[in-house]
Amino acid sequence: MSNIGSYDERVKNFSWEIAEKELGWKPGDVINIGWHCTDRICRQGKGGKVALRWEGFTGAEKTYTYDDIRLATNTIGAFLRGLGIEPEERVCLFLDRLPELYLGFLGILKTGAVAQPLFSAFGDESLLVRLSNAGTSAVITQRKHAPKVRKILDKLPHLRHIVIVDHDGAAPLREREVAFSLEKAAPVERFDAHPTTAESPSVLHYTSGTTGMPKGVKHVHYSLVSQYLTAKWALDLREDDIYWCTADPGWVTGTSYGIIAPFALGVTQCVLDAGFSAEAWYRWIEKRRVTMWYSAPTAIRSLMKAGDEVVRKYDLSSLRHLASVGEPLNSEAVVWSEKVFGKPFYDTYWQTETGSIVISNYPGMEVRPGSMGKPFPGITGTVLDPVKGEPHPAPGKIGLVAFKFDWPARMRAYWNNPEAFEKKFRNGWYITGDRSRLDADGYFWFAGRDDDIINTAGHLVSPFEVESALLEHPAVAESAVVSKPDPINLEVVKAFVALKPGFAASKDLDLEIMNFIRKKLSPLAMPQEIEFVPALPKTRSGKIMRRLLHAKEWGQEIGDTSTLEDD
Amino acid sequence: MAEELKDIVLDYVVKEYLEDDSEPLTYDTPLISGGIVDSFSMVSLKRFLENRYRIAIPDDEATPEAFDSVNKIVSLVERFVAKK
Repeated sequence: MSNIGSYDERVKNFSWEIAEKELGWKPGDVINIGWHCTDRICRQGKGGKVALRWEGFTGAEKTYTYDDIRLATNTIGAFLRGLGIEPEERVCLFLDRLPELYLGFLGILKTGAVAQPLFSAFGDESLLVRLSNAGTSAVITQRKHAPKVRKILDKLPHLRHIVIVDHDGAAPLREREVAFSLEKAAPVERFDAHPTTAESPSVLHYTSGTTGMPKGVKHVHYSLVSQYLTAKWALDLREDDIYWCTADPGWVTGTSYGIIAPFALGVTQCVLDAGFSAEAWYRWIEKRRVTMWYSAPTAIRSLMKAGDEVVRKYDLSSLRHLASVGEPLNSEAVVWSEKVFGKPFYDTYWQTETGSIVISNYPGMEVRPGSMGKPFPGITGTVLDPVKGEPHPAPGKIGLVAFKFDWPARMRAYWNNPEAFEKKFRNGWYITGDRSRLDADGYFWFAGRDDDIINTAGHLVSPFEVESALLEHPAVAESAVVSKPDPINLEVVKAFVALKPGFAASKDLDLEIMNFIRKKLSPLAMPQEIEFVPALPKTRSGKIMRRLLHAKEWGQEIGDTSTLEDD
Repeated sequence: MAEELKDIVLDYVVKEYLEDDSEPLTYDTPLISGGIVDSFSMVSLKRFLENRYRIAIPDDEATPEAFDSVNKIVSLVERFVAKK
């Protein structure tokens, strides 16, 4: 029997109070995610239970019980307070998947400060934009990534501290830098978590926008209620599970379901800090006897590409339940997973802004391969007519995926950007930016983005951000960035580039521009293909017609070209 | 050729992908599984090898395993150079 039991019964009898009661919380009480994920579990008598099993790419291993993570998060919290970090100040985590990333996240929350995780592969420009917008006070990082922070330091006057977690003394610390070693620090037994309340800010994740710079999505401590219950019902997480979420906490899946939910449920989770390879992943599942595996379609397609033979080399019989998130899960992947693992991947759908799963396929409910599933109980989702902004009266028509924005984990604001927040709503509906259709039984079927945002391997990339960075390359006169189909990553970035006079297209220039973007923004934003063109198609008013280029890449009808500058 | 090739690839990886160049990198350092080169960045490394050695490495051969160290990359490149 699954945790959710009957989906229809849960929908009929739903209240978020179910989760509130299980978490021992009622309106008006203090709620602190850092405390709930550590001290609360210890108070239930589970302090000796393994909370985290970590392995690095060199094979180094670390194991932490719930009591260990309680102490570690106390210790980090006390260190930050000692630096003078105040509640609601932003503290960025710019780390590989080290234990300090997971424990630092909860330690920050215990102090009442806001955790701002950033993907460690971000280049200095991506980092600068996000730290500037957030007015970040401290960055917790490692030697390997510190040079990127140093490079932009003079543009960040509000950044008071750079905490290096693996300083070895080989080189002296520099301006504003301070060393902190979790292993060497004296454990702090007693630490009073800040008495945050439901609406106190907790986490700031950045997401790409169609126009303008990335937006900081502000979440609050009450998000715990959604994250806890969705992990329990949609992911079917159970107390005796060995759980592996493959997402990096630089992105929202890696915090909502890679830190908060599993620890709040008191499960044992595993973290593998190593690059992707099918052999390494299967070895990890076998070694750790993983029972619940939450991954992404790109990873699943990469595993499919590695073939069935490699699967048979490992004992994966521990797997009990599989789920997926980040991009549409194609039906072939669902069918393949049933063939090789004996069970399907259950697709889940949500966004940085939703904070927790909002649509899902549920254990015990029929999985329709290729479908996103049905709304989580208590959440009202629909497909809006894009013209009228009202729900389509009958199923089958493609429209905008929209929700009544009223569950605990929903974002509360875009940081310093109320105009962008307002634009996300229409007639009382939150507009996700995705398109889908509903079938007669209430299942959602993904149909694509409603904007120019590129979804590559489950991560959103803004064409605007890439185009802006391209213009900083000395050879680039103008550019247009679109998605192009990719069999593994769903979409990848493609750039059309017109060069300045005096520059000639060449393979070396192509590679130079690719690396320029990779280092400035991130490997995800790097164009995997650059097409040099004499000029870009524009409207008569001079606006680049990205739509035409997109249609060409996807083999679609070009549509109306009557406004083209030069037919 | 192998020794020269090894040094060229090693220098390129250090220059382009290593954020902290004080970290030692050897011919056997795991690049992909060690998180130095991710699957997206692998595309630019592949492009460098193709441009420099005028070869075409099919996507099926450009696997994380085949790119996981300088030594493995050199074996791959040598195989395609020999086919020319």
